[in-house]
Amino acid sequence: MNIEINNESYNCTEEKTLQDIANRMDLNKPGVAIAVNMRVISRDKWDNYNMSENDKVIIINATCGG
Amino acid sequence: MDKLVISGKEFSSRLFLGTGKFSSNILMEQAIIASGTKMVTMAMKRIDMKDSNDDMLIHIKHPDIQLLPNTSGVRNAEEALFAAALSREAFGTNFLKLEIHPDPRYLLPDPVETLKATKMLVKEGFVVLPYIPADPVLCKRLEDVGASAVMPLGAPIGTNKGLLTRDFIEIIIEQSNIPVIVDAGIGAPSHAAEAMEMGADAVLVNTAIAVAANPVIMAKAFKYAVEAGRMAYCSGLASKNKMAEASSPLTSFLD
Repeated sequence: MNIEINNESYNCTEEKTLQDIANRMDLNKPGVAIAVNMRVISRDKWDNYNMSENDKVIIINATCGG
Repeated sequence: MDKLVISGKEFSSRLFLGTGKFSSNILMEQAIIASGTKMVTMAMKRIDMKDSNDDMLIHIKHPDIQLLPNTSGVRNAEEALFAAALSREAFGTNFLKLEIHPDPRYLLPDPVETLKATKMLVKEGFVVLPYIPADPVLCKRLEDVGASAVMPLGAPIGTNKGLLTRDFIEIIIEQSNIPVIVDAGIGAPSHAAEAMEMGADAVLVNTAIAVAANPVIMAKAFKYAVEAGRMAYCSGLASKNKMAEASSPLTSFLD
């Protein structure tokens, strides 16, 4: 299944849910948020969120700024 | 020093610190501690798919410190709403420094989009602190739609020029029923003290501390300047006079 993460194509081979992606990319830490198709998915919903073909995922994390 | 209250939450420091431009996270953490700040700003960025991502948050997280994520990078109210939702999820707080500055040259905030976004974000339960031009009319409009504070600029971000907008900030302070936090342009502790003496409720400093030759000592210098300025304001400054007024007796004792 092909999806897009931060505007780059990403091929999900084993990842079925958002939690699978989070595990693969080491995102289980504070300061991270994920949106799928411009809708923010809260952390407690990652486990039950099944990925679909062509989903556009945005993943952000904290960075320094004023 | 008397406490600052924003949206019902008390803060024992009136110096807000931005986390940009420090040469390392360790130095940033040391400056945060030295400044005594209780409110620290940060931004968001898309994670880098190729490089490992720096975990700056562990250098800031402290039970006493309120995170104040900003919306830097958004160009309009609609994008600000999306950024705010990401921010609430990422940082677990409703506090938000709303900044909408579409022009990268001067980074001046867009007042129209900022007012629109504030109205919508307040309805969604955010504690909105908008970064704005030093416009007294805009400040009252933001207060009317539920902003928790206003953050007028002293000078454009990162310019270190001080309170170029001084006369307008005075009007804003006089009229405001919500805290006024002077943001941007503060380049020296004397600028911070000046804002506090005028009655600003707090100041936000980033560049002046982060790029100083010694950011940790500079953070401490700002801490003292903010405290001195606040104490002076609360003590009632002496008024200015055109003519000299003797502070020693003029009675002649040599005659």
